[in-house]
Amino acid sequence: MDATVDPRPLYGGEPLPIGSKGRLSSGWWGMIAVIATEASLFAYLLFSYFYVAAQTVGRWPPSGPPDLTLSVPGTIVLLLGSATMWWGEKGVRAGRRGQLLFGLGSSVLLAIAFVVLEGFEWSHKSFSLTSNAYSSLYFTVTGFHLLHVIVGALMLAVLFVWTLLDYFGARRHSTVSIGVIYWHFVTAVWIAVFISFYVAPRLQ
Amino acid sequence: MAHTDAALRVPVLARPSDDASIAPRLQRIWETRAGLLGTLTSVDHKTIGKRYLVTAFLFLLIGGIEAAVMRVQLAQPNMTVLTPEQYNQLFTMHGVTMIFLYALPVLSGFSNFLWPLMLGSRDMAFPRLNAFSYWLFLFAGIFLYISFPLGRAPDAGWFNYVPYSSIVYNPGLNIDVYALGMVLLGLSTTVGSINFIVTLIRTRAPGMSINRVPILVWGTLTASVGNVFAVPAVSLAFFMLWMDRRFGTHFFDVGGGGQPLLWQHLFWMFGHPSVYAVVLPAMGIVSDGLPTFCRRPLVGYTAVALATVTTMVLGFGVWVHHMFATGLPPVSLTFFSAASFIIVIPSAVAVFAWIATIWTGRPQFTTPFLFFAGFVIVFVIGGVSGFMTAAVPLDTQLTDTYFVVAHLHYVLIGINVFPVAGGIHYWFPTFTGRMMSERLGKWSFWIMFIGFNVGFFPMHIAGLLGMPRRIYTYPDGLGWGTVNLVITIGAYLFALGVLLFVINVWRSARHGRQASPNPWDAASLEWATASPPPAYNFAVIPTIASRYPLWEDRLVGHEGSSSTERGFLLDHGRETIGTSALDAVPDVILRMPGDSPSPLLLSIALAVLFAAMLVHSWWLFGVAVVASIIATVAWLWPEAVLGQTMEIVDGRDR
Repeated sequence: MDATVDPRPLYGGEPLPIGSKGRLSSGWWGMIAVIATEASLFAYLLFSYFYVAAQTVGRWPPSGPPDLTLSVPGTIVLLLGSATMWWGEKGVRAGRRGQLLFGLGSSVLLAIAFVVLEGFEWSHKSFSLTSNAYSSLYFTVTGFHLLHVIVGALMLAVLFVWTLLDYFGARRHSTVSIGVIYWHFVTAVWIAVFISFYVAPRLQ
Repeated sequence: MAHTDAALRVPVLARPSDDASIAPRLQRIWETRAGLLGTLTSVDHKTIGKRYLVTAFLFLLIGGIEAAVMRVQLAQPNMTVLTPEQYNQLFTMHGVTMIFLYALPVLSGFSNFLWPLMLGSRDMAFPRLNAFSYWLFLFAGIFLYISFPLGRAPDAGWFNYVPYSSIVYNPGLNIDVYALGMVLLGLSTTVGSINFIVTLIRTRAPGMSINRVPILVWGTLTASVGNVFAVPAVSLAFFMLWMDRRFGTHFFDVGGGGQPLLWQHLFWMFGHPSVYAVVLPAMGIVSDGLPTFCRRPLVGYTAVALATVTTMVLGFGVWVHHMFATGLPPVSLTFFSAASFIIVIPSAVAVFAWIATIWTGRPQFTTPFLFFAGFVIVFVIGGVSGFMTAAVPLDTQLTDTYFVVAHLHYVLIGINVFPVAGGIHYWFPTFTGRMMSERLGKWSFWIMFIGFNVGFFPMHIAGLLGMPRRIYTYPDGLGWGTVNLVITIGAYLFALGVLLFVINVWRSARHGRQASPNPWDAASLEWATASPPPAYNFAVIPTIASRYPLWEDRLVGHEGSSSTERGFLLDHGRETIGTSALDAVPDVILRMPGDSPSPLLLSIALAVLFAAMLVHSWWLFGVAVVASIIATVAWLWPEAVLGQTMEIVDGRDR
């Protein structure tokens, strides 16, 4: 032990930011870990789907590949929602609060549009949750994703309120970045779900 | 709101020995208020760690009592102490309790208490999340036991195979309690694991690069990463089972095109990594504690750290060895059998490192040393029986017999309970400020060690004699009576040892000898502060220059000049230093949250939510969802002003 040790040469001794440095806050790392565990959840959901598919003798899906008329627009809506959010986050980093508000607002609206589209699709299915293993998997996997869309949209809505209250600026936006990365994750999960349920059965 | 920009500050260097006002000021900033409100809102990692330890130990005693009753029932053929239904519930709850409510949480207790001290920080990265994970654990434990007094406890074994756990064969609430309780507990485990991961990435003392952290930190980090990837599998499996049971889905139901084996895959994809999650931190306890009593650093630090990580990585690829008897194709069995053999290698690396540490050190035969050394012996026996059952032909003979019961108890008691008991003796001074009784400690060790081996070794023989596991009794004339009587006697002897240990803890906490700050003359940072540590852990943040900061004056090859005397003061509210992930270069001043009721309130809302799901009360479910959202938003509401107290560089350094 040495009483003259100085930790400052380790980093140069400049002033240190308080709370967070850019987007790199503890909360950011926490959200990355949340995304890792949530991504695992969807990996296990899709594993279950492919496992049951592989073990099934006969036609898969039993009712033929699901219709694309609503799911393709839904996919586009989610991708657009990620794009508007990316643009909004870019705004707050440059200190443009209006751009962030616009990005958050339009992403929430697009999320609502996705929920409505999915609701229509669900109500027009020829099968229900309890028809067979495929239908159980279909509604559960898309349902889990839908739940994530709703949670993500709630997060963006809360961020919208906090932005209105002027909590964020060019040097303080880690909370926004944390919400935004989750929103991109929700979009990415949909791509995986979409490919597994809507595209893969057409490739056989 | 006025403030939108983050502030910058040059942290002041201080030497607390020169300024008597520092300690009281930090105490005021960090201490938890007295009274009930303080108790319910505290986010102090030391308080939470102790709560985890005590709660987990209570569950250990409950699980132990369940085992003791079962051992009476099995002591002789045709006993009638328990009905088959009672026996099923007891062995299920015994497994659930020991694995989920004792083994993992007790290690969370150690790590919650010790991590910030070992890392030279003032708290975990997310103190409120820490409180949240404890409350959820407590409520999930209570949840899993709510149907026990009604005689409707989970009763399909801890791995709960379908179709036996399906609604057709098990119509009561028993399995629903298990299914929903596990999802709730999974939330606790997940947020706790995330907290450990971010704590490691963010809050190590300046200079504590990744190759200087104690092995316990490696163990808990590895377990946490494992949990983050593995827990969703079991949560999902239990959720799907609940859907099958209560909403008529067909995930596991052959009639509807589902697959019963899907349950086993999902359960063991979680289950096997989870085994490593309950042993790797315990192995870390030994890797850190044993060297103190051998008066030398651990042999092969790097090899042991890498072996820890390797074990978990391989641990994700061996789950099918729990399913060798399910009729899977031989190609698949071969692969998983080979992987199960390979996983022995990193375990052996650790074993040889411990043996070499004892061999080349100057062992002091204290109670913690005995527990750690005893653990090595038990671990080797449990490892060998695991190696045996990794072979498909042998496993086909032994699976579902008492041989497997012997193996899993050697592994779980050997690698968890023995290091935990040793660890409690070792860190008792920092937990309580007092020493445990050595006399009573040695008695408890020898009785536990002898009782354990007398109780569990003969289970191998019972298994080889063909005794299946999970039978509530057996007829006369099979030749199993004597061996079972020996097992029961050994089990009670072991229980007596545990009881002595509990008495020792109880008495020492009140009347034990006062401990000095570093009573064992150990090397790591948790001994560089008072016993017990103050609320703020360290008056200044230590600066670390080697792996063994308190042994630098005497170790060749580990010279360096660490300091706990002079360092960053950080007394503008609750603060600690944030450092870079690998090299621990200071890069941010972390503002830490104070005590808060949010974690408890959110936990209550979630517990109510799961209770509502259990009894299908959908209005209550809705209320709980809204309450959870409100509690979450309130919890995360941003502070209006980030850098309340701007500090000008004024040369106040001392």
